[in-house]
Amino acid sequence: MKLVTEQRDGRTLLIVKEGRLDAHNSGELKDRILKLFEEGGRDLVVDLGDVQFIDSSGLGALLSGHKNAIQRSTGFALAGLQPRVKAMFELTRLQRVFEIYPGLREALDV
Amino acid sequence: MCTTSETILNLDIMVPSQTRYLRLIGNIAEQLARDLDGEKSDREALAYHLNLVVTEAVTNAIQYGCANERKDKIRILLSIENSDLCVRVYDYGQGFDFEAVPTPDIDELSERGRGIFFIRSLMDHVEYRKTESGNVLEMKKRIT
Repeated sequence: MKLVTEQRDGRTLLIVKEGRLDAHNSGELKDRILKLFEEGGRDLVVDLGDVQFIDSSGLGALLSGHKNAIQRSTGFALAGLQPRVKAMFELTRLQRVFEIYPGLREALDV
Repeated sequence: MCTTSETILNLDIMVPSQTRYLRLIGNIAEQLARDLDGEKSDREALAYHLNLVVTEAVTNAIQYGCANERKDKIRILLSIENSDLCVRVYDYGQGFDFEAVPTPDIDELSERGRGIFFIRSLMDHVEYRKTESGNVLEMKKRIT
């Protein structure tokens, strides 16, 4: 799974360079997010702009990150959701749970 | 249950019970939906939904289905029968209690349990049956 991490203005950026998040790779995403927090990453922004498909396990991996951020009293935001991916957040009503921005620029401007 | 009076198309697929094949199976289902006659935007949405429900059903079969190494295969049957797009996912393990799977509670933020929710939400008919030869999750969607 291709994941790129960057530091920008004190925030940790995780770019998901995959077109698809499913049970084959969502465990790796979950582990990477947890590792970033364990290594001291703060105010994580996950860029999902390349992701065209997400299933329940992908949502679960992101929820794990969200809950981890709450435990550590830090931020966890999502950016760049494609329309079909966003529709899955809406169907499960998870768009009310996550901090979601149209793109990276908007997420980093906060 | 899907009727069998007129089967227009039938794809019978067998894959190893491994998550690496989810993309392949999902993409086949997506392409099948995309090639149907009808309004393009509707077909694009159906294509995504079919990819999703097949992915969820096969993931479920991988997790609950395989009791031993000799039965480490998942069978997926995609068909168009009359005006229904039918998906059947077979596994040969102990199966699970489909009816007992609850609707996820938004306040609990559970990381699991949304796969069956997607299947129930996006398909018109869903049925899980245990048979002597294995289990089948049957889903159908009207396409007219």
